[in-house]
Amino acid sequence: MYKVIYNKKINDITYELAIDCPHVIENAIPGQFAIVMSYEDSERIPLTIYDIDKEKGLLYLIYQVVGASTLELSKVKKELFSVSGPLGNGNIICSNPNDYKGKRICYVGGGVGIAPVYPQVKFLKDKGFKVDVIYGARTANLFIIRDKLESVANKVMYATDDGSFGTKGFVTTILEKNINNYDIVVAIGPVIMMKSVCDLTKKYNVKTIVSMNPLMIDGSGMCGACRCEVDGKPKFACIHGPEFDGHKVNFDSALKRMNIYRDEEKIKMDEMIKKLGGKND
Amino acid sequence: MTNDERVKGRVQSPKERINNFLEVELGYNSDEAKKEASRCLHCKNPRCVTGCPVNIRIPEFIHAILEDNLPLAYEIIKSSSSLPAVCGRVCPQERQCESMCIRGLKGEAIAIGALERYVADYAIENNLNSVNKIKKNGKKIAIVGSGPSGLTCAGELAKNGFDVTIYEVLQKSGGVLTYGIPEFRLPKKIVESEVDNLIKLGVNIKTDVPVGNAITLDTLEKEYGAVFIGSGAGLPKFMGIEGENANGVFSANEILTRINLMKAYKSDSKTPIKKSKIAYVIGGGNVAMDAVRSIRRLGSEAHLMYRRSEEELPARKMEVIHAKEEGVIFDTLLNPKRILTDENNNVIGMEVVKMELLDKVEGQRREVREIKGSEFEVKCDMVVMALGTSPNHGSLKGSKIEMTDNGLIVVDETKTSLKNVYAGGDAVTGSATVILAMEAGKKAAKEIIELLIK
Repeated sequence: MYKVIYNKKINDITYELAIDCPHVIENAIPGQFAIVMSYEDSERIPLTIYDIDKEKGLLYLIYQVVGASTLELSKVKKELFSVSGPLGNGNIICSNPNDYKGKRICYVGGGVGIAPVYPQVKFLKDKGFKVDVIYGARTANLFIIRDKLESVANKVMYATDDGSFGTKGFVTTILEKNINNYDIVVAIGPVIMMKSVCDLTKKYNVKTIVSMNPLMIDGSGMCGACRCEVDGKPKFACIHGPEFDGHKVNFDSALKRMNIYRDEEKIKMDEMIKKLGGKND
Repeated sequence: MTNDERVKGRVQSPKERINNFLEVELGYNSDEAKKEASRCLHCKNPRCVTGCPVNIRIPEFIHAILEDNLPLAYEIIKSSSSLPAVCGRVCPQERQCESMCIRGLKGEAIAIGALERYVADYAIENNLNSVNKIKKNGKKIAIVGSGPSGLTCAGELAKNGFDVTIYEVLQKSGGVLTYGIPEFRLPKKIVESEVDNLIKLGVNIKTDVPVGNAITLDTLEKEYGAVFIGSGAGLPKFMGIEGENANGVFSANEILTRINLMKAYKSDSKTPIKKSKIAYVIGGGNVAMDAVRSIRRLGSEAHLMYRRSEEELPARKMEVIHAKEEGVIFDTLLNPKRILTDENNNVIGMEVVKMELLDKVEGQRREVREIKGSEFEVKCDMVVMALGTSPNHGSLKGSKIEMTDNGLIVVDETKTSLKNVYAGGDAVTGSATVILAMEAGKKAAKEIIELLIK
């Protein structure tokens, strides 16, 4: 059992969770993930690490309520049954910062994908890098952790689909305008966003790293649910990733694989709403 | 019944059991066990003992059953095997102890596995695992992985006074016994009770900890007197054929993990499992059998496709018999060529090819080759790959431990290339059996005791 320090709503659909679990954070590298279970009979939910506090032994995660299990998680107040991690490999730049000295780096984040962007930019700032961030959302009130992001990034550029904040358009609208400023792009967010970013950067031949977030069960290289096609070969996001060379990822296959359990998940969501009494608020 | 035939254990009828995940074999009652025990010839040089990887003194425990002294029978088994209730159920006895039984020459071998299970279950029901106070020797050992090799190694060391800590990445301990082997073959309460026995012995199990990431092997080497790596072989293999990334193609490990670890067979489970109308499991080992029988229980028309013939099936014989009784369809001498999909990437069938057996080479499994031009299509909505697994050495990240080109840890007996680091089980051998992993765990414990005590 792991003590929950807080589990708070930070906008309509997004929550921030702080957990006392020193074993996960002691050696964590930005870009790694953890798997949480609310109760003994809950699903295992993989979430990329948002922040850590080594002094207090706290792990911070940000998640969106998208289905039965994240809805259940959003109601947990006291403790979690299981928190396993850190899992996967750390971000390639943060793992080998010396190899990237002098490179002009841009992070592109969308949705809750912005959460794992923050610790990476923070880590790189501490190593003397100046990193730009492009952050996109459907509309202005969906932006989260802006203050923290702005405190570590060289510059944060915002895009909204409806033009309610920043540039009207997509992250790619901004990225294309500035593409000549960057040697390497790291994109973390919805698969469709990462695909668009890669389509663009391929055109300009700018190296792009993506962080895949497929369905996953054990997260330790055992079930193969998380396999992604990379360079024509099956790779496991949990142990070979979650980061891959974005120009080699088959995003169409990844998009389709996300729907494998769509029908089952719908049923589980209805059951969970019923069980928790009332609608998802 | 003549004395040539063994006493049949009671089983759940096939009609009943394809609708549940309860244990298939119900085991012997006291009369049945004694009757079966009475068939033992008590050979002077018992060959069965040599057939057992951990050399359980089989005739002796069978004699104790006859004498109604089950606590003694249990003590005899326990002195050689740390997981008797597990082994009685999942060991391939027909290739080990029972294959050596003299009775088997002109009749049926003694049902050693069933008798072992009978004794072990009696011990669990009657709480025979009282722990005598163990004098601690103050030495600390770390074990990576809580599967059969790690649990066995931990048990042996704890009994000898070591302070043992097991690191396990999942939320529950047991390794393949927990996530892999289904409830109907190995009830999880049996695994839990075996694990509880270890905890009673003072073994500390840290779940949720991925060695390699949370703590490195290097750190374990510094903090503990010795380390045993029993991280298994979990990484599922795929065929590398067209359509394998389609929706509806799974590894057997995924199906089994959802069902066993996450309890997806229960209607109120929070982890979903895909229901299929027609499913094909590809492979012929115990994992393939576990997967196909699980899928059958979820209501599918369940096929097992194997490229060799039925005679070469590597699975335990009993599992094949049970699978057939349950209505699993065996499609042998066939192999998938590609997986057919619709526009949404869902599986709609397979193109398969007929195979033919080549001549037998002494001491080898018979090889097969494709029959050119014999391709045809089958309809299905699920394909499950049960082609074996290879070790995944995430736990060795950053370490310089010597490995083979195939990614197996190199050992001399159980000693690795690193000082005070031992390894055993599937991480060393590639995917094998529970009992062989236990044997390695036991051997490693012996070597560690010699290293640190003698």
